[in-house]
Amino acid sequence: MIKLTINGQAQDVDVAGDTPLLWVLRDTLGLTGTKYGCGKALCGACTVHVDGAPTRACITPAESVAGKSITTIEGLSSNRSHPVQQAWIEMDVPQCGYCQSGQIMAAAALLKQNPKPSDADIDSAMSGNICRCGTYPRIRKAIHRAAELGVKEGG
Amino acid sequence: MMRLPHDDQNDNVTRRSFLKSAATATGGLVIALYLPACSKPEEKAKATGPVKQVSANAWLRIGTDGSITVLCDRSEMGQGVYTALPTLLAEELGVAPSSIKVEFAPPGKEYINNLLGGQVTGGSTSVRDAWEKLRMAGAEARMRLINAAAKDWGAPPQSCSVADGYVVFTSRRKSFGELAEAAAALPKPENVQLKTRNEYKYIGKPQPRLDTPSKVDGTAPFGIDVRLPDMLYAALAQPPELGASVKSFKADAAQGMPGVKQVLQTSSGVAVIADSWWQAKQARDALQIEWAPGSNAKLTNAAISAGLRSASSGKGKEVRKDGDAESALKSGRRFEATYELPLLAHATMEPMNCTAEFREDGCHIHVPTQVQQIAQNAAAQAAGLPPEKVFVHTTFLGGGFGRRLEGDFIPAAVECAKAVNKPVKLLWTREDDMTHDKYRPPARNTLTASFDSANKLNAVKIHLVAPSITSRWFPAAVAKGEVDPFAVEAAHNFPYDVPNVYVDYLQHEIGIDVGYWRSVSHALNCFTVESFMDELAYENKADPYEFRHAMLDKQARWQMVLETAAKKAGWGNAPSGHHQGIALMSGYDTYLAQVAEVSVEGNKLKVHKVVCAIDCGQMVNPTIVHQQAEGSIVFGLTAALFSEVNIANGRVKEQNFDDYRMLRMNETPEIEVYVVDSTEKPGGMGEPAVALVAPAVCNAIYAATRKRIRALPIAKQGFVV
Repeated sequence: MIKLTINGQAQDVDVAGDTPLLWVLRDTLGLTGTKYGCGKALCGACTVHVDGAPTRACITPAESVAGKSITTIEGLSSNRSHPVQQAWIEMDVPQCGYCQSGQIMAAAALLKQNPKPSDADIDSAMSGNICRCGTYPRIRKAIHRAAELGVKEGG
Repeated sequence: MMRLPHDDQNDNVTRRSFLKSAATATGGLVIALYLPACSKPEEKAKATGPVKQVSANAWLRIGTDGSITVLCDRSEMGQGVYTALPTLLAEELGVAPSSIKVEFAPPGKEYINNLLGGQVTGGSTSVRDAWEKLRMAGAEARMRLINAAAKDWGAPPQSCSVADGYVVFTSRRKSFGELAEAAAALPKPENVQLKTRNEYKYIGKPQPRLDTPSKVDGTAPFGIDVRLPDMLYAALAQPPELGASVKSFKADAAQGMPGVKQVLQTSSGVAVIADSWWQAKQARDALQIEWAPGSNAKLTNAAISAGLRSASSGKGKEVRKDGDAESALKSGRRFEATYELPLLAHATMEPMNCTAEFREDGCHIHVPTQVQQIAQNAAAQAAGLPPEKVFVHTTFLGGGFGRRLEGDFIPAAVECAKAVNKPVKLLWTREDDMTHDKYRPPARNTLTASFDSANKLNAVKIHLVAPSITSRWFPAAVAKGEVDPFAVEAAHNFPYDVPNVYVDYLQHEIGIDVGYWRSVSHALNCFTVESFMDELAYENKADPYEFRHAMLDKQARWQMVLETAAKKAGWGNAPSGHHQGIALMSGYDTYLAQVAEVSVEGNKLKVHKVVCAIDCGQMVNPTIVHQQAEGSIVFGLTAALFSEVNIANGRVKEQNFDDYRMLRMNETPEIEVYVVDSTEKPGGMGEPAVALVAPAVCNAIYAATRKRIRALPIAKQGFVV
């Protein structure tokens, strides 16, 4: 049993300690908002927050995050009220949408640490997240917009 | 269980639960029993019995509670059909698209795409096919509702109108819900009038996408997210060599690993079925498999290129003949160039997957597919059932780009579910996906031109050499020796006013399956033709824009987008150190021009900006048109700069995003999209803007360096990106 705190809830999960957090979230706990894209921390689709830091769940062994606070897209807000989600809606960011949970989690982590990021800050925080649909220009605009909306809460 | 993504968008009350009839989509008056819905308080108060869902036609269900459900018969892979198609119906029904609930349609003959002859989402056809059909379906339903209300009131139908879900006559009104059953019982209305353009309330206006809310909170159900009671997970070992097969395998080690339920040889490899996907994948990696080599055991990229080169000396099938290019090319100043394009992978962000389950009524598959009938047939064959016993539940697609036109990832899931008699979700790894794609065909195209004594372009010959996708995917379409129409796009419609034009296509197969890849042969042939036109302009010491423009006086729509792109990009006035290239194309009934702006310092290339001008006729949703153009430019630039699939000993070398590079945020240029106002019928927007990026960028690189790129990707031509 591994004790995980996910979206504020303590959970005991019965998985091998080296199971990547991604598969614990998706298959064991049914939190399917976090996506599998590459399995090697190359695409960012699986980005979650571990103690607030953006983390690639696909290469993070479950045992390594025991006792830490994990936030997934499902826990970012209960009603899409997080400024990043609001900005994403306002800027019509998603196309296929598959990578967007990871993009949003990466952006939320950036804004928490840096509430007014420059374009260069956005480049450096977001270039690990691939979007095959090419929503990058809108993601950039939406991050600036979310900064305006103000990040006061969230993972 | 899967959540319906759009369900809770407009109400924050408990989401409706329902007993769903499997037969609701077959047309006619079909009524499904729904448990009481509670979308709005006043309707909740009114709901005295079960809510009935009345099928107005194949696409539209009106609930007796007033709810409106549209069945979307095209797959949503990012291109916006989940919003655009319901908008067409909503416009004619006079209801806001945002008030509509959308479900994906099952396979059905009423959902055939008239432009492609199957229930296919591809070829940028969705809006073009639906444009008359769905507006007419909406208008017909509107007429029925009006007729039902008018009859009830004894009012003249022409004096009744619709507004926000009600039929209105003077001060009286009745909701669509109240009228639904009576309306469905009426005869098919005659003289159905579609709205005129100036009456549009939603078409042509930016509308929020209906799938956006579910795509910002993680609830949009993709194929990979399907969860069924008692479901198991499978990982599949496929032959590393394309076309090889299983000779023998040892599963002892795998079988003893945690969670493993069964190891199974499938039609495509060896599958491990386990309690979780990670367990299945770990055990799959522990399988010891001996593969029997196939016909590609010695295949390499060099062999493929050599095959194309040697084939290209042959003569292809004639595609177009204006005047007599052959004779004209014998005189005057002659110019020739050959362009080569590589194999490419689709690399959808969501790897291939399918979930299968056997129920009493047959086999159910939950699958991100672009072709419901191919999915159905692939599953039927694997299940040993007739197709009508296979029920296809289409999920959202985490990217399609043509990859999900294939059914190759479906049978193994069905075989697994059948073997364990439980639902099984089979998921490919990224590496499986990268190494078992149906790759974009390579090509080797040779163009020849001659100028007359007045330096006017007198003849152009376009000789296309590439494998044919259609001859595998839909052989009937080319059975009579016809040219694959999806091999000659953006060449057959060479727009420039040249007296002698000859286009031929030589089909040359390369031993492995090739597949439709976003924009298909437009990407091959636009690179070829527009690079060549650029070469001719410089050869003729002309400005590349002026050179093209002067030969388009009879092609108003082509000329207009060319002018618009040049004007918006400030053609000829690039900032110091920056250089521009231009490209032009028409495809999918859409006309486009792009101007790329680059700088090259030493061998370091930077793409600063891409300006795109578009005439796609009447837009349904300008927001989605812009999204598609922007995304297509990123997709096209990725391929132009980086993409190439390499094969050695029949095996694809590229495995993941570290060796199959994707454009990233920091590498994305500024993108500007301008759409020309147009009253022409809608053109497709899912693909065409992909194809112009490579020639526009390569033409800009030539402007900067006088180095002509005749083979992609650019990163392999001595540039660091």
